[in-house]
Amino acid sequence: MTTQHTTDGHRPAIRGFLAQFFGDHQPADEDDIFATGFVNSLFIMQLVLFVEGEFELTVEDEDLEMANFNTVAAIDAFVARKRATVAGD
Amino acid sequence: MAQSIRTVGVVGAGVMGTGLAQALAVSGHEVLLVDRTEEILARAEQQIQQGLRFGRVLGAQGAGTDRRVVAKRIRYTTEYEGFDGADFVIENVTEDWDIKRGVYQRIDAVCRPECVFAANTSVIPITRIGAATGRQDRVLGMHFMNPVPLKPTVEVIRGHHTSEETLDTARQLLTQLGKEGIVVEDSPGFVSNRVLMLTVNEAVYLVHEGVASAAEVDQIFRSCFGHRMGPLETADLIGLDTILQSVEGLYAAFSDSKYRPCPLLTRMVDAGLLGRKSGQGFFAYPTTAAS
Repeated sequence: MTTQHTTDGHRPAIRGFLAQFFGDHQPADEDDIFATGFVNSLFIMQLVLFVEGEFELTVEDEDLEMANFNTVAAIDAFVARKRATVAGD
Repeated sequence: MAQSIRTVGVVGAGVMGTGLAQALAVSGHEVLLVDRTEEILARAEQQIQQGLRFGRVLGAQGAGTDRRVVAKRIRYTTEYEGFDGADFVIENVTEDWDIKRGVYQRIDAVCRPECVFAANTSVIPITRIGAATGRQDRVLGMHFMNPVPLKPTVEVIRGHHTSEETLDTARQLLTQLGKEGIVVEDSPGFVSNRVLMLTVNEAVYLVHEGVASAAEVDQIFRSCFGHRMGPLETADLIGLDTILQSVEGLYAAFSDSKYRPCPLLTRMVDAGLLGRKSGQGFFAYPTTAAS
């Protein structure tokens, strides 16, 4: 049984993961994390593996769009959408 | 006349070999990937699957690419199986001359005489590699950059005996891969690593001496010079063990103290902090290590 996350509930975990790379320079919810200069495009691989592991979901090939992963808000919305599908809501 | 290339042997299933196998398979080649153990090959296969999975979002392959079909073009072997049918072989083993020499003697015996050998090396002289084979005119250097599927340009090195035809065959392969080559003469470190390794080593000295943190060093390169990656993140991506071997190789080749390896670099390699591939180098790569 997994914990029920509200939309906002995903953000602390996402921010916690990003903190390992950004330190004190956390991006705001809508900032493009790939445009900050702290990470490069390869970072999306680590990020997707984190999202799959942390939120117990599978990122399908068609989900692998930068638009789903480039901001804290986008990741949050993506996770909420995927979990809603899994739960059948 | 350049020869047509269909089957490519890739020796060494490390970071470069797996990236290369992926790029070759995506471009329609049959690939034979060889390494010493089944474990290494199993890890390589996993990395290639992941590389193909992320290929589209990273721009390494088109949207229509069926990654299952692509993955089937790669055969994994510990015994150079099928190398007698290879049109081209690219060697990516560790930068250790004794190991490389053994590999060239082996493939020279197995491969057809017309098969071209490319050394994906950063510091070992191509002319010396050619001399270890009975086909010196068909040996050249092809220094691919990491990650191979994403880098559009390759440093191509002409050994003392490398023929024009061999260079043409290599150019043809690069065209098939959607890449371009820049041909340079044989010299330790060639162009790219002669400069890059010295830069990375000096950046490590700055951290070692406490002048700046790794993050600060890299931030200066990104923000001030517009580099996409700082030298230390680049070092993590390449692998600190490879960096150390390259710096030592340059030191041995030129007998010039400007290439003396920073003690911090040696210590990190001794400690197993190899960068992205081990999960920790100058920076941390948490999920990569766990996956």
